[in-house]
Amino acid sequence: MAKKLLGDPINRVDGALKATGRARYSGDIKRPGMLHGVLVMSTVANGKITAIDTAATLKLPGVVNVMTHLNAPKLAGIDKNKASEIATDRVLQLFQDDLVHYNNQPIAMVLADTLEQATEGASLVRVTYQIQPVKQPLPTGKADLATPKQLPRIDDQVDTKRGDLAAGLGAATQRIEATYTTPTMNHNALEPHALLAFWEGDKLTMYNATQGISGCQKRVAELFGMPKENVRVITQFLGGGFGSKGTTFSHVLLTPMAAKLVGKPVRLVLKREQMFGMVGNRSATEQTLTLATGNDGKLLATAHHSLVQTSDFDDFAEPAGTITRMLYACSNLDTTHKFIRANIGTPTPMRAPGEAPGVFALESAIDEMAAQLKMDPLAFRLANYAEKDPNKDKPFSSKSLRECYRQGAERFGWSKRPAEPRSLKNGHYLRGMGMGTTVYPMNRAESSALVRLKPDGTLQVETGTQDLGTGTFTIMTQIAAEVFGVSPDQVTLSAGDSIYPASSVSGGSRCTSSTGSAVEQAAREVLKKTKQLAFKDSKSPLFNVAEADIVAEKGGRLQQKSNPKIGESITNLLKRNGNNPVEATVQSKQGDEKEKYSMNAFGAVFAEVEVDELLGEVRVTRLLGSFAAGRIVNLKTARSQVLGGMVWAVSMALHEKTAFDMRTNRVMNANLAEYHVPVNADIREIDGFFIEEADDIVNPAGVKGIGEIGVVGTVAAIANAIYHATGHRFRDLPITVDKVLSLASR
Amino acid sequence: MIPAEPAVDATQKQAITLKVNKKTYRLDAEPRETLLDVLRERLDLTGSKKGCDHGQCGACTVHVDGRTANACLLLAVMQQGREITTIEGLAPAGKTNGQEQLHPLQAAFVKHDGLQCGYCTPGQIMSGVAVLRDGHADSPADIREWMSGNICRCGAYAGIVAAIESVKKGDTIG
Repeated sequence: MAKKLLGDPINRVDGALKATGRARYSGDIKRPGMLHGVLVMSTVANGKITAIDTAATLKLPGVVNVMTHLNAPKLAGIDKNKASEIATDRVLQLFQDDLVHYNNQPIAMVLADTLEQATEGASLVRVTYQIQPVKQPLPTGKADLATPKQLPRIDDQVDTKRGDLAAGLGAATQRIEATYTTPTMNHNALEPHALLAFWEGDKLTMYNATQGISGCQKRVAELFGMPKENVRVITQFLGGGFGSKGTTFSHVLLTPMAAKLVGKPVRLVLKREQMFGMVGNRSATEQTLTLATGNDGKLLATAHHSLVQTSDFDDFAEPAGTITRMLYACSNLDTTHKFIRANIGTPTPMRAPGEAPGVFALESAIDEMAAQLKMDPLAFRLANYAEKDPNKDKPFSSKSLRECYRQGAERFGWSKRPAEPRSLKNGHYLRGMGMGTTVYPMNRAESSALVRLKPDGTLQVETGTQDLGTGTFTIMTQIAAEVFGVSPDQVTLSAGDSIYPASSVSGGSRCTSSTGSAVEQAAREVLKKTKQLAFKDSKSPLFNVAEADIVAEKGGRLQQKSNPKIGESITNLLKRNGNNPVEATVQSKQGDEKEKYSMNAFGAVFAEVEVDELLGEVRVTRLLGSFAAGRIVNLKTARSQVLGGMVWAVSMALHEKTAFDMRTNRVMNANLAEYHVPVNADIREIDGFFIEEADDIVNPAGVKGIGEIGVVGTVAAIANAIYHATGHRFRDLPITVDKVLSLASR
Repeated sequence: MIPAEPAVDATQKQAITLKVNKKTYRLDAEPRETLLDVLRERLDLTGSKKGCDHGQCGACTVHVDGRTANACLLLAVMQQGREITTIEGLAPAGKTNGQEQLHPLQAAFVKHDGLQCGYCTPGQIMSGVAVLRDGHADSPADIREWMSGNICRCGAYAGIVAAIESVKKGDTIG
């Protein structure tokens, strides 16, 4: 069967479980004798704990123990508690010393029979500190700029130079230079980080909310200094993560440590306010863009200098400048990354890490340049279309961006956009249209899967993947089903548990390219074995028919390609051959295609806004995204995912900001009332669609990943629409009422 | 003059009776236990989710005497004598063709993909049922406004509105 480029929009396999409340998330799991853990957090940002008074806590009925650095189990693998080349390995706070590196750092865990007892107990712990001066985050803390040793994706250079920037600037007749700033943000998945941990002898089991079951298993095992096989990680359902559950953060170690200390199962669920610090954040950025062109609008020089922040004990650096290197054709280009160290929790990937703030800056600058040239922003982009990747100097495995521009512009009605800003005025309402190019690299990690063809013709897939909420569990059944031409309901999936073959993290849009490829390859291998069975079976109509001449067709039938009448059902074939299942396990990884090609998903996003000049209110009235991301396995879940990404962009453009009290680095809005994310009324007309794109190079599944591409270019599309509405360029996110009002009053 | 409240020991257990999903539960609860924690930790009704514990996200939305409420903001001891409905009590009991039955809005959420991770979904559906029942689903704009007490961080809002609209049009709400 030929692969469908736009796969069937079937319902989620776990939709009914989620809609009825029967889906059990990690914090919903109980265990007899289980204790509840509640964390005590630091209230200073830099210093040393000089005393922890737990006397009042320990007197409370139900309180069993308080774990602090004074009594926490020592970790045999503590020397591994450092940054590595793996972006998800971070330096953790594991109660092994008395140091405080950031405000809201976990410093103790109260363990009690009930949640109420543990919560009260945590409130009674008294901590005394020796306080050190605080290193502030951006925008103020700029005393010591340093160059990061590496970016999270190890292949990305920290700084790049191409051609001769000075020569390009010298030859140019038009030039813009602008600085764009984005704030610190927190992921705030709706499900708080949660886990239940228990020991049976030296074996540890954890029901943990993680985006990476296999990575979590490895990290926990190495820090405890025990074999991986002794750690079992289960994630049946995952309530979002957006990057903050990709890294194994401190609580994932602290909970089994506590379980060891008290000899009982322990469940820990983070409180919302505890999710602002210890489980990562998106770094604030300050980015300066220089673009220069000739009068024909061809880019002659591009410079992108990014300043980001990290913690004072770790090295994660937001890679804001990487897309600028490859998105447009430009021979002369400089990009640099610098960071400052602050007393904050370490940043971590947050949905489109680097790309989201970086492309906000780039695509805003592109819009500014087009405006200065008096060119249509879409025409300006087309004039600088990159036919091959100018950074890697390699061809694209596929690139359908022109088609995204064309179809997106047509559906949106881009041609109706007047060139002049402030043209669409109706009283105090200003309407504007903007656009942005969106892009996300195809990432792929090693991943494995088992596929088993059962004698009844149904398929079983086993893979240790988690479903972040993206639809992974659904589309894995579709990938296997399509290889055999059977309906997806003939496929059962066993996943969400480290007892199954090790799989990749669900992050960086790599789950389907990695685990989907493993399932695809394992299914093909099983099909191949099944064809070989027919070839060797003298009773089969396909006896002696070459493997290449046999195809699987609808309804679980094998038939001869050159003579479709000849064939039989798979069940008959297996029945004659001992009724044994046919199975294969494949460990799937990238080949040398990465050396030969640049592989990326592309898209174009169009936004319309309405700005109330009197109230300063911005409303995104229309959002449309067109995406080319290789094969789309399930049109329904894929559309939901890109729309979700676009909602994230509305959030980043207009709402989100983690506000620090700069005296103490304490987050002032560590709750969902004051940390703003869009609610239903913030999202009006929104749609996204996919361009058919066949790519046999990119990976066996033929997919490029769609987790982040909805966010990337959409932020600038909204900001550019606000410029078109108001005639004013907002370069500091989020674009809130106060900023728009200050414009009106000028 | 307001009489002085008698002092209550928050940890002193009281025998209470709760009526949840038409079932009667008798248990000893501390006055400080929230309805949400009692549902989740004591009655094993974990469909109602805790996203913020501050009444800000809506994931714990239940119906109390037919009105929506954030279960995290209610004390369980104060809910005696009230009819509490959680996501587990929305669908008719029993199975059809071996499948659990769904409330029309639950089915619509699945069909219109009004969810991704599913963590906010029970709360969204409980609010959606109330929005339909109370006549606030006349237009997409109405639905968006009345559904704005439930945060969906995955951004499934378009599907949520489509699901509620479809039930409104089908007029099959119970």
